[in-house]
Amino acid sequence: MANLRIPINSNFTSRFVSFLNRSFSTNKALNAQPMTVRDALNSAIDEEMEKDERVFILGEEVAQYDGAYKVSRGLWKKYGDKRVIDTPITEMGFAGIAVGAAMAGLKPVCEFMTFNFSMQAIDHVINSAAKTFYMSAGRVNVPIVFRGPNGAASGVGAQHSQCYGAWYAHCPGLKVISPYTSEDCKGLLKAAIRDPDPVVFLENELLYGVQFPMSDEALSKDFIIPIGKAKIEKPGKHITLVAHSRAVDTCLIAAKELAGQGIEAEVINLRSLRPLDMDAINASVMKTNHLISVEQGWPTCGIGSEVLARIMESEVFFHLDQPAIRITGVDTPMPYAKTLEEAALPRASDVVTAVKKILKA
Amino acid sequence: MFPACVRSISKTSSSNLKALGFFSGAKNNYATEVTFDLKPYRLHKLDQAPASSATLTKEDALHYYTQMHTVRRMETVAGNLYKEKIIRGFCHLYSGQEAVAVGIKSALRPHDAVITAYRAHGWAYLMGVNHVGVLSELTGRQGGCARGKGGSMHMYCKNFYGGNGIVGAQVPLGVGIALGLKYQGTDGVCVSLYGDGAANQGQVFEVYNMAKLWNIPCIFVCENNGYGMGTSAERASASTDYYTRGDYVPGLWVDGMDVLTVREAARYAVDHCTSGKGPIVLETATYRYSGHSMSDPGTSYRTRDEVQEVRQTRDPITSFKEKITSSNLVSPEELKKIDGEIKSAVDEAMKIAKSDGEIGIEELTADISANHLESTIRNCLPFNPLSHQRLGEAVNL
Repeated sequence: MANLRIPINSNFTSRFVSFLNRSFSTNKALNAQPMTVRDALNSAIDEEMEKDERVFILGEEVAQYDGAYKVSRGLWKKYGDKRVIDTPITEMGFAGIAVGAAMAGLKPVCEFMTFNFSMQAIDHVINSAAKTFYMSAGRVNVPIVFRGPNGAASGVGAQHSQCYGAWYAHCPGLKVISPYTSEDCKGLLKAAIRDPDPVVFLENELLYGVQFPMSDEALSKDFIIPIGKAKIEKPGKHITLVAHSRAVDTCLIAAKELAGQGIEAEVINLRSLRPLDMDAINASVMKTNHLISVEQGWPTCGIGSEVLARIMESEVFFHLDQPAIRITGVDTPMPYAKTLEEAALPRASDVVTAVKKILKA
Repeated sequence: MFPACVRSISKTSSSNLKALGFFSGAKNNYATEVTFDLKPYRLHKLDQAPASSATLTKEDALHYYTQMHTVRRMETVAGNLYKEKIIRGFCHLYSGQEAVAVGIKSALRPHDAVITAYRAHGWAYLMGVNHVGVLSELTGRQGGCARGKGGSMHMYCKNFYGGNGIVGAQVPLGVGIALGLKYQGTDGVCVSLYGDGAANQGQVFEVYNMAKLWNIPCIFVCENNGYGMGTSAERASASTDYYTRGDYVPGLWVDGMDVLTVREAARYAVDHCTSGKGPIVLETATYRYSGHSMSDPGTSYRTRDEVQEVRQTRDPITSFKEKITSSNLVSPEELKKIDGEIKSAVDEAMKIAKSDGEIGIEELTADISANHLESTIRNCLPFNPLSHQRLGEAVNL
């Protein structure tokens, strides 16, 4: 078995092992090297810093501590104090400084230890970064990346378990990326750093230690994934499952189970929440005639709400054989208790149930 | 000839005169430069005060007068346009505070940057936006420096980063701009202006800390005009000694109604930053004649007498005019001529700002992003999507 060659670290859950079984079922993947999401992110930042002197990273614990989640490991030793800057725990101040530096010609990578703390700085993300280009009639662009872990982790309670995908995707002037695999992370983070506009890059703490196959192409320093394009993670003909970040994993597990029952689900990894790749979703729905969105974020005004609304507004609506539905996190703050926490997020079994209900299977 | 000139200057100058003895010759007995005593400073964690006197050349005197008077005249016109309902929404006038901007600007080098808050019209003009660029932005017309898309609080030009409508948000941005200048190896500084109201914003203290920690060449300028909207400084701040509120950041209190004193303080601050000492706080004591914005008559929280008294005793333009004429640096006739020129230039710009058209509706969706990735942009209705276009010349491309 191909996956036996992969060193599995202690964070590895059985869920991801099952994912790797699937991933390594193709020849392309057999040739690929495994890399953790963390290392993919690290190499993206490292390569872009090497390439462009204007790129620097700042945030809490990014330098001497090697990053709270070790995403910036080794960068301080390599690039020094000037380009890897530890900030005090003052998000509003350092986010504003990062935006100002971008206006003045630098390309900051501004790390939020988690996106929950970006709430302290959201004025600078929206009012200072996203709107300035428009307000200045195209004069002052803000080439900045805000990045860090987003969404629910494990056992960290309500204030540290929230998805900000919908919050940021709501705002024109921002690009919002929510990657899933190591390839996503590397190719999209490099694209984000090179982009001349503000990009919000939503990582997932529980994926940091997970290994995914990296193609030879993805290992190259020139590897870029274009922002705004979704990826079909698993083709299928009966129903379309649209997800982002860790919910893609939930869908893939469900799709595997469904496949055993003769239902071929097509799993779309959105990769970008803004722009939203409606062309990919539309094409899939026109093929499968069924749609479910899956996300860990809250339902109200969520990413799924947007996907479904856009389908409803378009001709693609007529291709649906059944109502499209959303699978989301429960509409509640995140509890600490383990069983409740598990129940607060969509599980693969929820997806299986929903698919069967929609397909009347 | 020479002794007569000295005498004539000595007689007319009420204070402070050290005639330097450079005179323009036989033509008119006027000096080409004069040294004036400056208003006293207050120091916070600084060993040495800026010079207590400064030399003003005739050329600079005319320049500062022209700048201050132009800012005042443009604000007067803006106030009228607002009353005529041609300027919409917000309009925050700078009248009374001109010496702060003109004094600081005169100390800056071409590669220094400025960012301010919403009271931005005067600064935009001083940093390089012409009369029409400012007034047409106020009226929302295509000749505005942001094509009418920014409005009164959002004007930009080279090295001028706005105009910011969020109280205090410009302060971290200014520190970031200064960090960028330092990172890129220039000796440029960024002037980051805020009012006595914004001085209480938490983010200001956050960036005092980082600016000092990292020796960022940022000049924090607290323009203390006495009121944050309708709340007096005393009612909002546990300490109104704003120049000391950076704690470990050195500070300087400056009479913001005296353009020469401000200039010397700003020069001192630029030297402080460029010598590697990191940031500095300037508190400029000033006053705004108008209300906070146009919806505020400015009379419920202060008396008309108070405003009147400042106009009569501390006005930055009147006092400067008196200083430069009584010292025979310039003649009243010269100033009168300048007044006329300013009036006609601003009036001409006002006419354009009133008659100019707004940008076409197709620009509603222009310049949302430098690299816009969405092929269409959602309209109010889903049936007729719009397209993006790139028009402006981005600074970082």
